[in-house]
Amino acid sequence: MEIMEGSLAVAEAVKACRPNVIAAYPITPQTHIVEEIARMVADGELASEYVRVESEHSAMSVCIGASATGARTYTATTSQGMALMHEVLFNAAGLRLPIVMTAANRSLSAPINIWNDQQDAVSERDSGWIQLYAEDTQEASDMTIQAYKIAEDRDILLPVMVGMDGFILTHVHEPVELCPQEKVDDFLPSYDPDHYLTPKNPLSFGTIVYPSTYTEFRYMIHEAMKRAERKIIDVASDFRDKFGRHYGGLIDTYEAEDAEVLIMAMGSVIGTAKDAIDELRADGKGEKVGLVKVRCYRPFPAEAIAEAVKSAKAIAVLDKNISLGYEGALHTDVKSALYKENGPLALGFILGLGGRDITKNTIKNIAEKAQKAIKSGRVEKDSEFVDLGAL
Amino acid sequence: MKLSIGAMAEPGSTRTNKTGSWRTFKPIINVEACIGCGTCSMFCPEGTICKVADKYAIDYDYCKGCGICAHECPVKAIEMVLEGE
Repeated sequence: MEIMEGSLAVAEAVKACRPNVIAAYPITPQTHIVEEIARMVADGELASEYVRVESEHSAMSVCIGASATGARTYTATTSQGMALMHEVLFNAAGLRLPIVMTAANRSLSAPINIWNDQQDAVSERDSGWIQLYAEDTQEASDMTIQAYKIAEDRDILLPVMVGMDGFILTHVHEPVELCPQEKVDDFLPSYDPDHYLTPKNPLSFGTIVYPSTYTEFRYMIHEAMKRAERKIIDVASDFRDKFGRHYGGLIDTYEAEDAEVLIMAMGSVIGTAKDAIDELRADGKGEKVGLVKVRCYRPFPAEAIAEAVKSAKAIAVLDKNISLGYEGALHTDVKSALYKENGPLALGFILGLGGRDITKNTIKNIAEKAQKAIKSGRVEKDSEFVDLGAL
Repeated sequence: MKLSIGAMAEPGSTRTNKTGSWRTFKPIINVEACIGCGTCSMFCPEGTICKVADKYAIDYDYCKGCGICAHECPVKAIEMVLEGE
């Protein structure tokens, strides 16, 4: 075990996956990842082609071209960079190319802000990328290796985005156990697609399709997404068998068994919530608060979530994003997942935007609001902003 | 019909994808009036007009009916006719 910055732990995981081509453009707070990988390539530690591109649009385009030739590819971005990638993200998914990208989650302008929330990746929700969110640096590192295994599976063939909260995870120094190269080689065989671009057997990828078949192609991507649910669970188990670490499959739970109130969230806030829950349960008032960690956001694990919350009385969904004019994206999806069930009350909270800290007290206040809703039997406010102190 | 992953196709797909079906108006060359100057062929953005003997003919499998040929013809020998008429 070593103490290292989150970005470096991810860079080490990328290196262990032996990508053939890396194309990236630096942007805070993703920079340390691609800077470190560039150093590895320059110093001869990693035998990859490192393409220095002029924009994120180009970074993803290079990954698409390289991936189509059968290369294993990697990139990382965040915020405005991801927004600039927008149209090419859809191409990567539609072409069914197993590109892996780290999303160092950050807010979107304006106003300009370089700090953490998850608006960037959530805004690319419908692009056809599998979206995973890491709780800590160890998981972000391990998830990168898992991501290739999921993406490159012949039944899946979809790009995977590994979300890690900007600064909170990318820049924090934590103890990390790196995966030994020979074990990663064993876990992750080289990418060997059935079809790839080669002059010996010319092919076109992503040809025009007419109204008569476009729907079917979209359906095929959707079906691959649905199959990925099982694959993500299996890969997490395989990873545990090989490396001894497990973070849940699509979701994970904490103190959820007897919980009346369940906090639900994605990313690094899970750690804070676990601490808050420990304190709430230890203070002797008998508060039954637990947690559902949403590890996989797309495909959306609707069934797993419905099952996990079925004996709770209220859920409080934390969103580090907002669909302006409605509510947090996770909140909407969770409520939709519970529509068929006679599910618990669902409260939504918008918080942690643009790097504002989410403290244990914030979580405790939210749990208290959920308990009040249980007592009164109704949700007073469907969705609310937390800590609007500056207004 | 088998759909390939990622809408992949082998070379020569334009041989099977006949874009002439997109056409609303069909250019008809009046061979009597045609002076064989080749202006239509040079302006056709799809390269569907070829010289046949001294005159010109249109490949309707790929002509999309844009009407540029009719517009450019110096002797107005090309008429655009609504498909199906």
